Amino acid sequence: MVETATHDAHATSTGLSNVKLGMWLFLGSECLLFGGLISTYMLYRGRVSDGPTPEQIYDIPFTSVSSFVLLMSSLTMVLAVSAAHKRDDRGTNLWLTVTALLGATFVGGQVYEFTAFYNEGLGFTTSLFGSSFYTLTGFHGVHVTVGIIMLLAFVAINKRSRVPGSKSESVEMIGLYWHFVDIVWIIIFTLVYLIPV
Amino acid sequence: MAIIERPAPGIIVPALPAGAPAITPTRTFGALKRPVASTGWKSWLFTVDHKKLGLMYGATAMFFFIVGGLEAVLIRLQLAAPEGKVLNADLYNQMFTMHATTMVFLFVMPMAAGFANYFVPLQIGARDVAFPRINAFGFWCFLAGGIVINLAWFLGGAADGGWFMYAPNSGPVFSPSKGVDFWTLGLQIAGIASLTGAINLIVTVLNMRAPGMSLMKMPVFTWLITVVQFLLLFAIPVITVALFLLTFQRSFGAQFFDVAAGADPLLWQHLFWIFGHPEVYVLILPSFGIVSEVLPVFSRKPLFGYPFVVFSGAAIGFVGWGVWAHHMFASGLGPVSVAVFSVATMAIAVPTGVKIINWTLTMWGGKLVFSTAMKFSVGLIVLFTIGGLSGVTHSVAPSDTQQTDTYYIVAHFHYVLFGGAIFGLFSGFYYWWPKMFGKMLNERLGSWNFWFMVIGMNLTFGPMHILGLQGQPRRMYQWTEARAGEGFFNIAFWNLVASIGSLVLTFGILLFLINIAITARSKVRAPLDPWNARSLEWMTSSPPKEHNFDSIPHVHHLDEFFHRKYEEDPVTHTMREVATAEQILAELERNADAHIHMPSPSYWPLVLAAGLPIVALGILYSIPVAIVGGLVILYAIYGWSLEPSVAADSDYEGPSSNGHEVGATHG
Repeated sequence: MVETATHDAHATSTGLSNVKLGMWLFLGSECLLFGGLISTYMLYRGRVSDGPTPEQIYDIPFTSVSSFVLLMSSLTMVLAVSAAHKRDDRGTNLWLTVTALLGATFVGGQVYEFTAFYNEGLGFTTSLFGSSFYTLTGFHGVHVTVGIIMLLAFVAINKRSRVPGSKSESVEMIGLYWHFVDIVWIIIFTLVYLIPV
Repeated sequence: MAIIERPAPGIIVPALPAGAPAITPTRTFGALKRPVASTGWKSWLFTVDHKKLGLMYGATAMFFFIVGGLEAVLIRLQLAAPEGKVLNADLYNQMFTMHATTMVFLFVMPMAAGFANYFVPLQIGARDVAFPRINAFGFWCFLAGGIVINLAWFLGGAADGGWFMYAPNSGPVFSPSKGVDFWTLGLQIAGIASLTGAINLIVTVLNMRAPGMSLMKMPVFTWLITVVQFLLLFAIPVITVALFLLTFQRSFGAQFFDVAAGADPLLWQHLFWIFGHPEVYVLILPSFGIVSEVLPVFSRKPLFGYPFVVFSGAAIGFVGWGVWAHHMFASGLGPVSVAVFSVATMAIAVPTGVKIINWTLTMWGGKLVFSTAMKFSVGLIVLFTIGGLSGVTHSVAPSDTQQTDTYYIVAHFHYVLFGGAIFGLFSGFYYWWPKMFGKMLNERLGSWNFWFMVIGMNLTFGPMHILGLQGQPRRMYQWTEARAGEGFFNIAFWNLVASIGSLVLTFGILLFLINIAITARSKVRAPLDPWNARSLEWMTSSPPKEHNFDSIPHVHHLDEFFHRKYEEDPVTHTMREVATAEQILAELERNADAHIHMPSPSYWPLVLAAGLPIVALGILYSIPVAIVGGLVILYAIYGWSLEPSVAADSDYEGPSSNGHEVGATHG
């Protein structure tokens, strides 16, 4: 058989595109990254030295609200992917921007929370609890921030019609990453905030 | 988006609305024009060709092999006689730490990655890997990581905590020099290479096989490399966490391993070995794959029990996750954990034994050809089995407790890693050299190379069993005559034997380097199919063309190339030759594909990877430098993601393309 056209090269053995398969594998790897961080936190959460304990500083209602905001951003992300599949550029850009704003609200809440905890006496070096809490939630926050940058960068590039390759697939990939980061937060929120030491 | 295709002139760039300006690098945000050189140093620096990257991995790894080997020789010289004066205690600690780190992370892993890069696409009938630019990025990360780790030698002393860098010894109190910092950051960067490489190769194998090549028709080398990539995919993030925790403690005052603050030093051990045990299979399985290719070719028989070799490899990949704590029996885990991990460790010997039996039965009744590649493969079977047997003794926890941190352990893992992993890689050198360079390595010199290495390795590591059972501690920098003991078990005698052995071994490896030099100067071309080989990588020219295959072969059999050369005679049931390699190649060339799309070179992998060591050095010396590095990374990611997945015509010269950069019409 003679390979004649460009699109032949995209036929894959699994039927999944290379990018999508690669993203799934990357997210599988990320599970172990958060697994290691969560294990570290679970081991150390009761070791507070002279610093504050988790019960003393956690503000469950506040974090619940910011968690809710983050979960809602998954909904808007789904709307963005759906708009991208319909080739609706305006809708895609709109929902991606809303997703980024919701994500930014969550990160803003985390910054506020970190500041509050720090003022209440829990620094990064105060205790094992402090070190592992900030490392775990900080890593998650960095993941959300990277997601926000991806969302906004995509919108900026899309507005200038400079997206290389398939647009809807790019949005879908950002979406996979975004949902993954949200799901990880559900686990972190449950284990870190809701289960008492 | 992955494969950047070079369009033939006249093909319209797809995925753009009509009338929109074409995306060319000159029009993207400050991006550079795409490099197009196909010869000279630029063609290597900006290449995304899996074969060039494979060779670059190999050459760099070989350099680090020599560095790590010289470190080993210094260790043996220090221990040759009582109260050695070659190294002081501090330098000795750095030497054994860097020897192990170099050999594991900068030689065996990247050398296997080099073979995988070069041969996996060829073996599955693909033209490149799934993500060529990420592939190039991986190589540069490995190189950057290796440089950062070794930079410490010149900036206040290398890491000195042993290759598993146990806490709290690795903390700022006990390891005050910056060596450990260089080590953690360098490994972090090298880890990116492994992770991206893993994703890349898994996608390549799952998605880009030639038509007809089902998973169970894949060559065993490709199979075992795939298992290795899954191990890396899930093991690397765990060491990443451990390294981050250590960096945070050393650079930012976190308390993770500070025992005085109530930390649990076992946390490091668990994280390290959850990575570290899969890692030992990462080191050995590529060599198992090479042996599984070499033995059938030189036994003139198909591999005995192909599915068993494949599934036992996959079984090792699974069970390998459940045995990590056998490295920690001496740490007091409690009877339940010890029992569980003992049994799991005994169990994992079974799939390995399956492989040994399959290889042996492959040779049974075969017409054996003892080429150098075959000798190294047989050497692996014998030496790895010895190492495997001493390994099983470690699953017996009470005896393991006695052996922990003695030379018995050192003997064991050198038999499996030198006698196993490295012999497999050498087998691969001799087997695939004509494919990679179009010239055969000298077989007579190869034979000397092999025998010096076998004798040298047994002289070096064999006595270490005795030394260890006599209680000589691993990592002891001096021993004294007064405590050497007497008679057969005199450690002075066996230490001297081991040191002499290391020189024999060094000479053996020197012969290999001489062999490379002689081969490079020789003008004799290798035959197209020098070994009468069986798999697809031999069904192309040597070295392969840039696009690997003139037409993508359709696969009908395991050992497709063999079945194209030979057919079974229906009367006598013997195989008779129906076509030569040359005829098969000529046939493929006649049916050459009209348009072959190859990925285009790119600057971005190199620029992106160059940002990482800047960040690492910035963390250690000055935060503004780290910010500069971060900006380099950001710039590279931006340029990368805007680089069109389909190269624009204007990036290339038209019909007279000769590799020079021309046609800067967009200014």
